Amino acid sequence: MGEIHSETLLTTPLDALHRELGARMVPFAGYDMPVQYSGILAEHAQCRDKAALFDVSHMGQAVVRHPDGFAAAAKAFEALVPGDLASLGEGAIRYTLFLNDAGGIMDDLMVTNAGDHLFVVVNAACKTADFAHMRANLAGCTVEVLEDRALVALQGPMAAKVLARLDPAAATMTFMTAGPLNLSGIPVWASRSGYTGEDGYEISVAADRAEALARRLLAEPEVGASGLGARDSLRLEAGLCLYGSDIDTATTPAEAALKWTIGKRRREAGDFPGAAAILQQIKDGAPRTRVGLRLEGRQPARAHTDIVDAAGRKIGEITSGGFGPTVQAAIAMGYVETAHAAPGTKVSCMVRGKALAAEVVTMPFAPHRYFKG
Amino acid sequence: MAKLYFSEEHEWISVEGGIGTVGITEYAQEQLGDVVFVELPEVGTAIEKGDDVAVVESVKAASEVYSPVSGEIVEINEDLADAPGQVNQSAEGDGWFFKIKLSDESELDDLMNRKDYDAFVEGLE
Repeated sequence: MGEIHSETLLTTPLDALHRELGARMVPFAGYDMPVQYSGILAEHAQCRDKAALFDVSHMGQAVVRHPDGFAAAAKAFEALVPGDLASLGEGAIRYTLFLNDAGGIMDDLMVTNAGDHLFVVVNAACKTADFAHMRANLAGCTVEVLEDRALVALQGPMAAKVLARLDPAAATMTFMTAGPLNLSGIPVWASRSGYTGEDGYEISVAADRAEALARRLLAEPEVGASGLGARDSLRLEAGLCLYGSDIDTATTPAEAALKWTIGKRRREAGDFPGAAAILQQIKDGAPRTRVGLRLEGRQPARAHTDIVDAAGRKIGEITSGGFGPTVQAAIAMGYVETAHAAPGTKVSCMVRGKALAAEVVTMPFAPHRYFKG
Repeated sequence: MAKLYFSEEHEWISVEGGIGTVGITEYAQEQLGDVVFVELPEVGTAIEKGDDVAVVESVKAASEVYSPVSGEIVEINEDLADAPGQVNQSAEGDGWFFKIKLSDESELDDLMNRKDYDAFVEGLE
């Protein structure tokens, strides 16, 4: 046992702060990241009950510009994703997917209409490939990767109250909108979004101001530091996909229950990568579907656990699973044959030779509490 | 007077009158983090030394627990079903996993005493 510190791991601008706070650091997507500080259950509760601060600086941030402005940049970007970007009002954010020509998901990402350009946030593990994909395929656009910016997330029911104390403009932003704020003299780009199911913000800040901002936020009585461990249990309870586990190039938006990310205009035009395959799946029904599972007891069923029907026949596999600290039960998401995907369907999860009883349920497991104004 | 022994797999066993009480060490619970479920063997199960006899599930991962001795399971800690957090709060006390009737007390000679185990853990860090 013992901690692994490879010299090749990258660090975020908050590395020294994590160590000062006593974080347990682990390698994640090439970065040395805090998996926990005091403990995952306490950090999970911190986010559900108050406000939690996460370092997500390992994620990729980029600005996409077109000489003719936002509309032209949005049009170029739509060639790579199924989301309707052209209709985004200024400051509005869209959750969307990079798709390959077979309809497989290359990454999930956030795209914001930032006025005269697009602001893009992608997953850490995919960012090198994503940026290369963007540079190669965004006709007429420039892609500026923001290497010198950190990203922190302030999430939880008290996040808005805390942030409004530093800049009152934070209070009136609504879910999935973004804009500039000035947090006690630190200029940031704040998005009212997150990966926990709670209200909150993702805050892009200059790398050399990130520690000052984090310390300023942690000085507020409602705020505590939370690590990647709690981030994972929070997002699972919120029913949100983890790229590389729940979605990847072998899954399509139709299978992944992400049809809603395909804009109506885009669906009618069929003008996104893999449209033929995906629209066919939507028409005929996908062979398998991503579902939520609630187990009867506390025993977790983790990723790669087989899901079987009443007769013991394998009907699917778990892609994310664990104990949900807020729901106080073992929960999971995974793919099952579509005939077994209806909420209420009884299934079993095979853990170390034992069949754990479970039921297909509607996600999220813990209700989303976004601020919609 | 019970005698306490430790394994390199971070289990402890406290032996008195031929019965050993087994759990995981303070170091092990610290490494695992918050425990949310413990899968225990059935009373009456015959166990060989080194068998994976229990599974401890933290929020992050599942870890196997190996029996430090051979014998028969005579009791399990039923409290862990509703309060698995006892493993974190009192790993070497109320967080015990099971009691085993030893079939070969000489197997205890392969285990460490507290001082040697502490030095072993020191060497891991």
